[in-house]
Amino acid sequence: MKLIPCPHCGNRAQAEFVYERTADSVVPLDAEPDAAVAALFARANPRGVEEEIWRHTYGCGSWMLIRRDRVSHAIEWVKPLGPEALP
Amino acid sequence: MSKYSALSLLRGAFNGQSHWQPAWRDPEPKTSYDVVIIGGGGHGLATAYYLAKVHGITNVAVIEKGYIGGGNVGRNTTIVRSNYRLEPLSRFYEFSLKLWEGLSDDLNYNVMFSPRGALTLGHSDADMIQLAQKGDAMAVQGIDAELLTRDQVMKIEPCLDFSRQARFPIEGAMIQWRGGTARHDAVAWGFARGADSYGVDIIQKCEVTGMVMGGNRVVGVETSRGRINAGTVAICAAGHSGHVAAMAGLKLPVESQTLQAMVTEGVKPMVQTVVMTQSLHCYISQSDKGGIVFGGDPDNWPSYAQRGQPVTMELAVQQGLALIPALSRLRMLRCWAGVTDMSFDGSPIIGTTPRDGLWINGGWCYGGFKATPGSGYLFAHSLAHQRPHAIVEPFSLDRFERGSPVDENGTGPFPNHR
Ligand SMILES: Cc1cc2nc3c(=O)[nH]c(=O)nc-3n(C[C@H](O)[C@H](O)[C@H](O)COP(=O)(O)OP(=O)(O)OC[C@H]3O[C@@H](n4cnc5c(N)ncnc54)[C@H](O)[C@@H]3O)c2cc1C
Repeated sequence: MKLIPCPHCGNRAQAEFVYERTADSVVPLDAEPDAAVAALFARANPRGVEEEIWRHTYGCGSWMLIRRDRVSHAIEWVKPLGPEALP
Repeated sequence: MSKYSALSLLRGAFNGQSHWQPAWRDPEPKTSYDVVIIGGGGHGLATAYYLAKVHGITNVAVIEKGYIGGGNVGRNTTIVRSNYRLEPLSRFYEFSLKLWEGLSDDLNYNVMFSPRGALTLGHSDADMIQLAQKGDAMAVQGIDAELLTRDQVMKIEPCLDFSRQARFPIEGAMIQWRGGTARHDAVAWGFARGADSYGVDIIQKCEVTGMVMGGNRVVGVETSRGRINAGTVAICAAGHSGHVAAMAGLKLPVESQTLQAMVTEGVKPMVQTVVMTQSLHCYISQSDKGGIVFGGDPDNWPSYAQRGQPVTMELAVQQGLALIPALSRLRMLRCWAGVTDMSFDGSPIIGTTPRDGLWINGGWCYGGFKATPGSGYLFAHSLAHQRPHAIVEPFSLDRFERGSPVDENGTGPFPNHR
């Protein structure tokens, strides 16, 4: 099984993680309607590298940002994501 | 195109069956077409077929980067049904189902449509209430739906685990008898042969790599075999909808995910209908060759890899074995995956785009095979009249910003929660 390096727990089986959404899809609370619609619905959906929010749901429960190739599944980096990074 | 018939077979018997011709030509792309369709899957080919047959628009090219039948049209579990709760969906899929019923005759190609019944199991009171509601919603649309008791289900599918210790106890079911399966490859080949016979150019091994823009208008496509000008460009790229739309600078409410399926060795008839369930995402049917075909959830994270993760497959197998314990005795022959374009409300996207001359048919998620003839027919109608057909109007791309999603499951704008 593929391993994901959790910033807190180290390498863990991918089945412990849940993909949440892309990094650019978090809607700021004061967003204008156009910006909110774009964040909610417009996806680059690239056949290539994208930054995504994942959660170690069945592990430590922490959130993280993963930059990952959607064809090879290779992970470029993983960064912890705390409350300060969320709007 | 020579017509296939029992007589032509018989005649062929006297000349060593030497009369067989390729089912479609392999033409060089022309420099310009009235309509260029991107993607030679079921939807692209059906669109071309109905454009030519019903609307007389024959200067059409279907551009396919691989080979016909190599995409999801040849990878799905072939379930055909129209058992939806929301009216726009049931109306659309019922339109398609009616076309399935006469498709082999229309195409002069046996698509092996087999209306063996689409059975949805209920595992709890809550499930049964939802199935009754869905059945009622269908019935008022004039679509066949029948609520079955546990005993009735037992008669139809005796191999299911009806014991009280079952992991997923069976309380009853809802069945749409007119639902069933079809041979997916034959659907691609039949539409390809039909479209070709009207003069449509089916161009394989030709990848669209860019859009040619004239202001806000798409006037052609760049391909691996040169530039092709077009009056209208229609995206029918399924899992690659987003990738292709990006060539016109568009971002779609779509994420591409992997969906897997598998098949066992062939055995004597043991599953009569298409077995689905209200609580699980596991669906089982038996192919005409005898193999048990089944599938489960998508991998729930974006991927263009066309190969799935083993955990998801394990989950589908666990659910399948819990429903039909006898499956544990069978060997799995093959498993495979396809890239599906998961839309943000679970419904397809059919219609215009913010670019002039560019239309889209996508967002099929894991359920677009059953839509193939209907979507082709209605998309062709829309392209021919340059206005979305009334039945596909609710599936316009701008429904999301207008706040009118068609969300059958009511799970909100997260394709990975579906
Ligand atoms: C495992 C699995 C099981 C499924 N089970 C069912 C089911 O039981 N019932 C059901 O109704 N649906 C099912 N589906 C969904 C269904 O198969 C799809 O929704 C449907 O086939 C998509 O439409 P299509 O046939 O046109 O797609 P495809 O056959 O994928 O056609 C799209 C084509 O576009 C081509 N293309 C992409 N990019 C380019 C480019 N740049 N240039 C040129 N060509 C390009 C691709 O090569 C491909 O051939 C399943 C899907 C999968 C993967």
